[in-house]
Amino acid sequence: MAKSQIELKVNGKVVEALVEPRTLLIHFLREELNLTGSHIGCETSHCGACTVDLDDKSVKSCTMFAVQANGADIRTIEGIANADGTLHAIQEGFREMHGLQCGFCTPGMITRAYRLLQENKNPSEEEIRFGISGNLCRCTGYQNIVKAIQFAAAKLNGSPFQEAAE
Amino acid sequence: MITAAFTYHRPKSVQEAVALLTELGENGRALAGGHSLIPMMKLRLASPGNLVDLAGIGELKGVRADRNDIVIGAMTTQYELIASNHLADKIPLLRETSLQIADPQVRYLGTLGGNVANGDPGNDMPAVMMCLGASYDVTGKSGQRRIAAREFYQGVYLTALEADEVLTAVRIPMPAAGHGWAYEKLKRKVGDYATAAAAVVLTMKGGKIESCSIGLTNVADTPLWAQEAAKILTGSALDAPTIKKAVAAAEAITSPASDAHGPAQYRTKMAGVMLARALDRAKSRARG
Repeated sequence: MAKSQIELKVNGKVVEALVEPRTLLIHFLREELNLTGSHIGCETSHCGACTVDLDDKSVKSCTMFAVQANGADIRTIEGIANADGTLHAIQEGFREMHGLQCGFCTPGMITRAYRLLQENKNPSEEEIRFGISGNLCRCTGYQNIVKAIQFAAAKLNGSPFQEAAE
Repeated sequence: MITAAFTYHRPKSVQEAVALLTELGENGRALAGGHSLIPMMKLRLASPGNLVDLAGIGELKGVRADRNDIVIGAMTTQYELIASNHLADKIPLLRETSLQIADPQVRYLGTLGGNVANGDPGNDMPAVMMCLGASYDVTGKSGQRRIAAREFYQGVYLTALEADEVLTAVRIPMPAAGHGWAYEKLKRKVGDYATAAAAVVLTMKGGKIESCSIGLTNVADTPLWAQEAAKILTGSALDAPTIKKAVAAAEAITSPASDAHGPAQYRTKMAGVMLARALDRAKSRARG
């Protein structure tokens, strides 16, 4: 099969490549660009571990071909930290609130939470839960992930974080 | 999971897409948001030799008014349907339904056109479009035609759309001001197809149902338009005995499969329960 030439931006850098049309975006990111932060979980569009930010949308990169991303601007978990290398507020939230255990879902969770907080600066708990409903976590029971996102929202808004009573 | 190999095409106009699909025949498939087709390709339930990606065709995007119709471009995503306050104001059933489709990531890419053209009885929009009396604008090698949603669905993955045709827009007649609406969907978990779901649009006058339309999702090989049930309800005050009669009429036209969603009999009953709930909620939202 003829390969296709694609050019896209990944974490701020322009990338050019020749790809077979059937190459999934997740495989392109992991195997061609060596960006292995985005994970392959279920491979059936359910778990969200492969979530990346693509043209301001949260996208499951296992359900898109790399050719479809031609011209796109992509941010993966490797591009979430602040420019000076310090943790992004969401990453800090996951650390402070114990938002991860095994860590497999974390890159997808953080990338999804990143877009969620871009669209809704001050989400309610219900909005957070609805907003991350495309990401599965089999360890935490989600409680601390929700807290991590609340922590991040508070930090980004410059307001004090009030941990909800259990 | 790797799909079978295919050649990728990215036409810039509907005309170009139709020419490609005509030339490729059964060996070509149109690609919209890809969130039904790509999973099927990964499972090798579909292995088209050619994909014709519709994403580069600007004329398939956007929402416009055409006399009394709202015309929604086929490549409009569920995310965009949810975000549009204009649509939520005129046809609130669309936002309510879109929010119950799959999950946020899928809704960013999943399109209205793909959802209605796919022919999977598990898709939510087809029954909603039957309920709303929508029609589909399609373009093929012999020109354009318009197909009523109520006549579009023929079987599982079998629709009135020909291999050379592209569904370009969904055309919805503006529902009456003050109408009531609801989409009630029973699903086992986020992202699942409906065990059963019901769409209702109705208008009230003097406490009675003046008009009513009902669509049912995933309880037969095709979405269903429950005409008899709607007829029973029209003129009533939605009293319990009439609702019972209408629910029985709706249940009678279902023929669900027994599968992971539950036994057929259970799914039929759930279609009735979803309808009763949808009627209740639609009534509470109606004015007049």
